[in-house]
Amino acid sequence: MRWFSVWRRNMLVWRKLMAAAVLSNLADPLIMLFGLGYGLGALLPSVEGMSYIAFFAAGQLCTATMFTASFESMFSGFSRMHGQKTWDAILYAPLVIDDIVAGEIVWAASKAWLTGSTILGVAVVFGLASSPWVLLALPAAFLVGLAFSAVGLIMCVLARGWDFFSYYMTLVMTPMMMISGVFFPADQLPAPLLAVAKALPLYHGVQIVRPLIAGGPPPELLLHLAVLLAYAGAGYAAAIYFARRRFSS
Amino acid sequence: MSALSVRALRKSYGALEVVSGVDLAVTPGECFGLLGPNGAGKTTTLKLCLGLIEPDSGEIELLGEPVPRRAREARMQVGVVPQFDNLDPDFTVEENLVVYGRYFGIAPREIGTRIPALLEFAGLAGRGDSKITTLSGGMKRRLTLARALVNDPQVVFMDEPTTGLDPQARHLIWERLRRLTQEGKTLVLTTHFMEEAERLCHRLAIMDRGRIIAEGSPRALIAEHIEPQVLEVHGPGYESWMERAKGLAPRVERVGDTVYCYGEEVEPLLKSISGELSYLHRPASLEDVFLKLTGRDLRD
Repeated sequence: MRWFSVWRRNMLVWRKLMAAAVLSNLADPLIMLFGLGYGLGALLPSVEGMSYIAFFAAGQLCTATMFTASFESMFSGFSRMHGQKTWDAILYAPLVIDDIVAGEIVWAASKAWLTGSTILGVAVVFGLASSPWVLLALPAAFLVGLAFSAVGLIMCVLARGWDFFSYYMTLVMTPMMMISGVFFPADQLPAPLLAVAKALPLYHGVQIVRPLIAGGPPPELLLHLAVLLAYAGAGYAAAIYFARRRFSS
Repeated sequence: MSALSVRALRKSYGALEVVSGVDLAVTPGECFGLLGPNGAGKTTTLKLCLGLIEPDSGEIELLGEPVPRRAREARMQVGVVPQFDNLDPDFTVEENLVVYGRYFGIAPREIGTRIPALLEFAGLAGRGDSKITTLSGGMKRRLTLARALVNDPQVVFMDEPTTGLDPQARHLIWERLRRLTQEGKTLVLTTHFMEEAERLCHRLAIMDRGRIIAEGSPRALIAEHIEPQVLEVHGPGYESWMERAKGLAPRVERVGDTVYCYGEEVEPLLKSISGELSYLHRPASLEDVFLKLTGRDLRD
């Protein structure tokens, strides 16, 4: 549990700067949810048996969770590791780099979870979801957060400078958002693109959360969980590997 | 038992061997200095002793724990002041101490009782709520030193503790470090300030190109390696004077337009100085030893 002191350090900083952090993590996705949801939704009768805004809410929950997890693990993580040398200071104490990696990943996932669960709360308040099944979207959001935090932290410990993250964001995150069934059903995609989407974590997050918001159990739940867990687990292992390499020289 | 013992330590980065067979023994309660020009391998040696990087070969024992295998256990009893301050800019002075204590598993309440003493030690009494960005360089350095003491360590490692500080700030740090040795703490510091080493260290080792090339107390090193008197001469006609000086002093060196003469007795040299030559007559210092052993070439 040594990693917990790293998690706690980040939480204490977040608490001091909470207003700005919460605003930036929530305002954007919520504006988009209501703007696109009601605006576009007015043109569409229903998608997969749901109102468009409810359909989009599931996608937006996962996307916002992904963005919070990725920003925190990449940009904030890099600032702590590279700019402020906070990691160096922690390593003089009886902690090792593995503890820091674990603390950073769980922290970024926690922050992402807060984004996801707040969007869920807003969706419930606006009557977009009403079944008790929706409660299971809470642990699902944490798992989505873990998967993207772990991958984001790999980027963080591999980065030589800030520019590095643009590649990941532009070449990976943005296309992933477009093909993962966030804005429209992924089934409409050409088969090769759908196959790519199915190899990426965001698609599986959406496939879990959307049925829960609609009010029922997600089909193929174990498969989706397995993919997200695999990204979280493999990402954690790879982040530790690259972090050890970075800090041993 | 040694506080720190190092045997046949080696570490390479690629083809470059940074630490090439270092042996060290630091006894509890002493202030031990590791001196050397830039790139001598001091910081790498320190990191190896803390278990932050793995050696290629050799043995390290820190407070009875084998490093790096049990470095974590050893570090429970160790404080570190790094070369560059890495205080947490998101926290106040006091929060920095509390949060750092948590890394050692110390409860905030326990740290709380020690904070007044730590702040007093750092000369920051009453500044507990200050932001890090409002502190001067000297204040940051002292807070970093206080942070290294949150776990009441037996050994404190310091990498160039006064680099970049003005004389006032430097003297205050020296006073605090002496206080620590009086309290029985073991200090291991790297420096390239000879004055600092001469004032603070009971014993020191001079390191160059990854090896220890001399070891002993500051006085013993001066007595062993260098003549007691130094005469520095410069000004018009120094070249011709130098030719004469060579017959009067056992060792004469020219660096740029200054002539350095070393000897037991410099009276004959002083008498030979005439015309517009300027001179400085002084006792030999650790810096003379250092320059003799490591050479005068620039190390960038």
